[in-house]
Amino acid sequence: MKAVRYSVLAFLALIFVSPLLFMLSTSFKTRAESGRTPPRLVPDNPTLAAYEQVLSAADTPVFRWFLNSMLAATLNSLLVVTTAALAAYALARMEFRGRKLVFGLIVATLFVPPVILIIPNFEIVGRLFWLDTLTAIVVPTAANAFGVFFLRQFFIGLPKELEESAALDGANQWQVFWKIVLPLSRPALATLALLAFLTNWNDFLWPLYVLFSPENQTLQAGLSTLQSANAVRYDLLMTGAVVASVPVLILYVFVQRFIIEGVSRSGIKG
Amino acid sequence: MAATSTSTAKRPEAPPGAPGPRETRRRVNWLPWLFLAPYLLLFGSFVLLPIALGLWISLHSWDFTLPGKPFVGLRNYSELLTPGTGEFERFWNAMQATGIFTAISVPLLIVIPLAVALVMNQRFRGRNLFRALFFAPYVLGVAVVGVVWRFLLDANIGVVNYLAGLVGLPDSTPWLTSIPETWIALIGVTVWWTLGFNAVIFLAGLQDISNDLYEAAKMDGAGAWVRFRHVTLPGLRPVVLFVVMITVIASANMFGQSWIMTRGGPGQETRTAIYYIVDTGLNQRAMGEAAAASWLLTLVLMLTSALLFAFARERGPEKGADR
Repeated sequence: MKAVRYSVLAFLALIFVSPLLFMLSTSFKTRAESGRTPPRLVPDNPTLAAYEQVLSAADTPVFRWFLNSMLAATLNSLLVVTTAALAAYALARMEFRGRKLVFGLIVATLFVPPVILIIPNFEIVGRLFWLDTLTAIVVPTAANAFGVFFLRQFFIGLPKELEESAALDGANQWQVFWKIVLPLSRPALATLALLAFLTNWNDFLWPLYVLFSPENQTLQAGLSTLQSANAVRYDLLMTGAVVASVPVLILYVFVQRFIIEGVSRSGIKG
Repeated sequence: MAATSTSTAKRPEAPPGAPGPRETRRRVNWLPWLFLAPYLLLFGSFVLLPIALGLWISLHSWDFTLPGKPFVGLRNYSELLTPGTGEFERFWNAMQATGIFTAISVPLLIVIPLAVALVMNQRFRGRNLFRALFFAPYVLGVAVVGVVWRFLLDANIGVVNYLAGLVGLPDSTPWLTSIPETWIALIGVTVWWTLGFNAVIFLAGLQDISNDLYEAAKMDGAGAWVRFRHVTLPGLRPVVLFVVMITVIASANMFGQSWIMTRGGPGQETRTAIYYIVDTGLNQRAMGEAAAASWLLTLVLMLTSALLFAFARERGPEKGADR
């Protein structure tokens, strides 16, 4: 039984790891070798030629794309966590007219397919003169209904006694939120921040259409430019893929527990 | 909740400028709205407004580069719904592509991740490592995944055909240029990409099922299959329903895989509905038609979800909801 399980898992693991290994090894191959068959996992003459070419090409500034993606995803994640935490706290702990309506609207949009937003948001972003700027990548997608829902559930689950005793000691609601609720919610905030970062980092369709200039691309949208420019230069394409994925994979190694637990909790509560 | 409001009333420092406690009652309580304001600004501008604006755009002949945007009533809709027009052909061809992709990928993305989760649902060495490994492709993003698999699936120099040849299968399958191979490739890659995501949710669901139920079933002499059928599946029902819903939505939004791996080809066979929408609205600038198509797609999707939900509820009780 044990042996069966391990062989099934090992086989699966191979299917999951080998594509990434081929990506990595091809990025170190020469142009000629990258198109040679049979494909070999270990390059004959490992070279950084593809990296030099990809990182220095003016029309495909991969390193600039990397910085763009980093900046956009970080700012978006901060915006999501800040706005969602504030809203979720009001919805979880404050009594006011219209609370049910607001929460109902937010939850209802969880079930609205995002496709319906693309065309009108393009129009709106255009009117705001945000086309071809990173603002278009940072701001519109920060209206994250899942974040509010997720944090509200978390806040409701916190023990109320601490907040009540702080209030009795004269803390106002802002202080209760800032000094009691937020510190207690660090794991949930971290999970949401990571999920928002990842979603933004990996977004493809939206940046593909709202960014035009080569220097303004994010990595995901830029990779497709790289692909159009170098249809069968697999050495260059795999180099681009390595640059786009290695930072995320390194981040993932350290934070995978938070991400996975965030995703698994979404199923139970959702 | 009641406790919060009493403590608010007792608190010495009321909101600035507020009169005595009695009047506070009747005043609008601004504090929650201050907390909500930043989020509601985003939510209103980029979720609620666009939903309404999309409907408005769909009633016009709308090109964002032209000043005039004449009102055309329901013409955009009628063109998409009248057989014989070019728009009708293209739109429903794309809807069909989305339908094929969704109908095949969703069952696979339920059964395979569930199987993986069952294998993982025991304590054993390295479990977290495997879990992290299977989840890893999901964090890569569709562009990386698409570009890498396009390389692996290259008909001439790709690793997949090379390995197929080694074990005696055809070694020059045109994975990216011919139907139905293209669908197999797109669906296979999507399964590889998102399997871990669904498996992780299933795994959490499995761990929520009480061990006592399994023990009790064992005492009654239930075998592995009977336990799976009568303990695992009923216990997992809400989680399965949730995963089905999010997977249907995700599959119906398929875009990046086909944009990167096949460019909608061969011909327009793998051009999905969302692909059609952005191409029509943003490349050809027929935003009115694209907005109308978005609304039609959304209606079809919501109807599908509602049907699935109703189906699941109807089949619910007899499947042991008492547990």
